[in-house]
Amino acid sequence: MRTSRRFGPLAVHALLISYTIIALFPILLIIFNSFKSRKAIFKSPLSLPDANTFDLVGFEKVLGSSSFDVYFLNSISVTVMSLAFVLVLGAMAAWALAEYDFPGSDFVALFLAIGIMIPIRLGSVSLLKIIVSLGLINTLTALVLVYTAQGLPLAIFILREFIAQIPNDLKEAARCDGVSEYRIFWSIILPLIRPALATVAVFTMIPVWNDLWFPLILAPGEDTATVTLGIQQFIGQYVTDWNAVLASLTLAIVPILVLYLIFSRQLIRGLTAGAVK
Amino acid sequence: MASQSNKGSPFKTHLFVFLLPAVLIYSAFMIVPLIDTLRLSFYSIETDGTASFTGWSNYVTIFTDERWSADFVNALKNNFLFFLIHMLVQNPIGIFLAALLSLPRLKLKNTYRTLIFMPTMLSVVIIGFIWQLILSPIWGVGDTLVGFIGISDGLPPLLGEESTTLLTLSLISVWQFVGIPMMLIYAALLNVPDDLVDAAIVDGANQWTAFWRIKLPLILPTVAMVSVLTFVANFNAFDLIYAVKGALAGPNFSSDIMGTLFYRTFFGFQLQPGNPSMGATVASLMFLVILCGVMIYLYAIQRRLRRYQL
Repeated sequence: MRTSRRFGPLAVHALLISYTIIALFPILLIIFNSFKSRKAIFKSPLSLPDANTFDLVGFEKVLGSSSFDVYFLNSISVTVMSLAFVLVLGAMAAWALAEYDFPGSDFVALFLAIGIMIPIRLGSVSLLKIIVSLGLINTLTALVLVYTAQGLPLAIFILREFIAQIPNDLKEAARCDGVSEYRIFWSIILPLIRPALATVAVFTMIPVWNDLWFPLILAPGEDTATVTLGIQQFIGQYVTDWNAVLASLTLAIVPILVLYLIFSRQLIRGLTAGAVK
Repeated sequence: MASQSNKGSPFKTHLFVFLLPAVLIYSAFMIVPLIDTLRLSFYSIETDGTASFTGWSNYVTIFTDERWSADFVNALKNNFLFFLIHMLVQNPIGIFLAALLSLPRLKLKNTYRTLIFMPTMLSVVIIGFIWQLILSPIWGVGDTLVGFIGISDGLPPLLGEESTTLLTLSLISVWQFVGIPMMLIYAALLNVPDDLVDAAIVDGANQWTAFWRIKLPLILPTVAMVSVLTFVANFNAFDLIYAVKGALAGPNFSSDIMGTLFYRTFFGFQLQPGNPSMGATVASLMFLVILCGVMIYLYAIQRRLRRYQL
């Protein structure tokens, strides 16, 4: 392989390593400093915690004075419930659109695709009204319903492409044996589209977990706060307590980083596969 | 793709069972609120809660009332600046990183990709606080860092001055989201047939010219898609400004964008009470701006660029 002199492999690695440092350094700086005493945070912010500077006072403060466990539980419930609805209902709709020929199917597909480009946030004024009239204000149910509506368009779009590629033989063979359409969907189609479901799951999860807007307007109560909202309010209150602020940020960052490192291959495959289409 | 065996029976229960739940939830919590918000922008809601039809008067207020129009124009202008900085900084860096990652026989490319994408995964609120701490003059870690590259005066209060706040916030957002153009463009680059690049290299081109002359023109449709995604995301942004500068988007509204203006209008701030119908009007205008961006993409750019697609 001829590599140009201007862009030798060493130079390429140097550039990529520099950018990787730019991307990671701020995050690592916060995590390291959250394990240090207040004095060390200010005196030597760039050094790693050692035996002298190691201090968990920030974490004690956060876990003692805020309901971090509640926030986590709320975020997990909302994310898991929304994810389940988006995957199951999305796969069902995608199957219906890909498999059955019915009058208006193109219209329904287009109708469902609008939500890919138009942000659901813009409907917030009416959405709040609807949630209030349903008596769902300050409930996690409200968030689950909104996030399900938000996640469905892209899920249906991706899954429909995927289902359309499934060969007809399998389905036809099952139909000849008199298997019902529901069984075909549940026992044949769903297992076949597992890779696409994983991709959709990642795309659905991240914006739901990270969202601030809907928790802020639909469920701002202490009992229903998600991690993103909880941390926003906690830091607002404890803005001068550096140990607590750094510790709360670390508590919010680390679980996501661990999950990300476990699932990154899946996520990146999904991102790149999606764009290829 | 329709299967033959489904033709015949005119009414198919299973079709409705499969389709209806998704359509209902999506319609009830997405389409109906969007349409109802557009409708509400033509109403005025009194203090007792009754709404009365007032035609275009909310829009007239936003564009002609001195206070409203100043706020609106300021937010719209800032939002375009926010978008412009993403287009000029985030997308070129993303393309550049993708080009490096797609070089043949590069080792560790998956590791680089995974690590560079990491900030994108975190919540915008957390990213906002991280940078607020790093840039804080109280901590001083930013001063130490710029000291390494020869700036001994330390950092100015980047998030505290009118002239720098919006730029700084935009760059924080760029830093967080550079992974998205990188990934999408990288995927597009993988699709460029190797033969084309190999042929050029045999003819004496280097990787650099091969990228500019062959690969980049071929991936322009993806660049256009990344641009419209950036546009929609930027005009829908809110979390970062709210987390770092609050709903008032200070100092003196210098970091105010459409999302924060919408929030303040809808919920009120300080002594100003919230106003749902004016909020709906701001949201409708955001809708229009986003729709314009998407339309430009769909009709003009997409149609012209499709010719180059393989």
